[in-house]
Amino acid sequence: MSTWSRNSRLLLAFSTVVLLGSGVALGLLWAPEDADQGPSQRIFYLHVPIALTAYALFGWAAWKALRLLWTGRERYDLESYTAVHVGVIFGVLTLVTGSIWAKASWGHWWEWGDRQLVLFLILFLFYSAYFMLRYSLDPGPARSRISAVYALMGVVLIPVSLLAVRLAENLVHPGPIVTRTDPALPWQMFLAFLVCLGGALALGATLYANELAGKRLDVRLRELREVLG
Amino acid sequence: MSYLADTAALARKDLLLELRGRETVPAMAAFAVSALVVFRFALPEDQTEAAQGLLWVALLFTALLALTRAFAAERDQGLLDALVLAPCDRSAIWLGKLAATVAFLVLVEAVALPAFSLFFERVDAATVAAVALADVGFCAAGTLLAAMAVGGRARELLLPVLFLPVSLPVLVGGVGATIADDPGRYLAFLALYDAIFAILAWAGFEYVVTE
Repeated sequence: MSTWSRNSRLLLAFSTVVLLGSGVALGLLWAPEDADQGPSQRIFYLHVPIALTAYALFGWAAWKALRLLWTGRERYDLESYTAVHVGVIFGVLTLVTGSIWAKASWGHWWEWGDRQLVLFLILFLFYSAYFMLRYSLDPGPARSRISAVYALMGVVLIPVSLLAVRLAENLVHPGPIVTRTDPALPWQMFLAFLVCLGGALALGATLYANELAGKRLDVRLRELREVLG
Repeated sequence: MSYLADTAALARKDLLLELRGRETVPAMAAFAVSALVVFRFALPEDQTEAAQGLLWVALLFTALLALTRAFAAERDQGLLDALVLAPCDRSAIWLGKLAATVAFLVLVEAVALPAFSLFFERVDAATVAAVALADVGFCAAGTLLAAMAVGGRARELLLPVLFLPVSLPVLVGGVGATIADDPGRYLAFLALYDAIFAILAWAGFEYVVTE
């Protein structure tokens, strides 16, 4: 492990603390209270950035998967897998924060009218199956390629599922569709949101970089053991 | 031209195997009809709209059954490697498998849809069109997933877990086309799904089966 990569990971972790800390402080203390929803709207500053970070990580996993299929270089397999791994953690956090918000807004822990939440449930099921698929196959280039094609399927499934969730809403909810966020945010809210988004992305990058470093170390250790043993 | 000939030969191989063994299609048809009978007793009286939703559940699980069997012959005989070595484009293997699996589903639905009309309610033209589009969608994504799962441990368990989240949009489109007053947008959505996943599976299949 080179010192450069360790330093850059430290820098990443530091910027996560600064951005996320100041973003949460801005969102909770400084941004104006939402006129309709009151204080419960403030979970928006965590929920939406976490959801967007999950999308970014799934996209990153697909990009690495594409690189693997394109170049055939094995290192992209671990990178794609790590991105899915961290992405699923953010997906679970999105479900949890969304569920809390639904409880605060509508009194139920689950709300089928919330598109983002339903979409994340589908994505959570899809990416959970990624791990089952990966661990039912023997390690090797075939597993890398199958995992990569599956990760690419994920980014195709995201817009298709979003469209499906929208279409299903017309069937399940004939009434007006519930919306929670004003399309035109006041600039203070938007600024707090942007800082939080930066913080969530930095947190995603930190977790990704550390997890990847740990997994690479694990692989090298196993290789060394094989050489020695 | 030879690409299409390869595809046709591969599909013909699956159809011939089925014609001689009759292992899959009769069991699938029996399953679909039994599922409809089970639904009758799972529903309260006079719930035709719910029955239409359950028709789609029956179709989804029938498709799953077909996909679980899709690579069974190759796996049992260890033929997948030989198939991959055959001097043809690998995507032709997928296309042949898609054609054969869709043919099996159409055969089963030729029994299941009349049975549904008999037990519950007449199926309209929009439903038939949606079923045809859904068959392609189920099999386009499903054969790719089946090829992924075939080399794994616990593959019979793995495929449903892989297949259900991916096939959910097909279910939405199918149910929508069956119960909505204007089925056009749902049929268009199904066609879009078919196109997207057919392209993905066509391009991705080679990477999945190559050792």
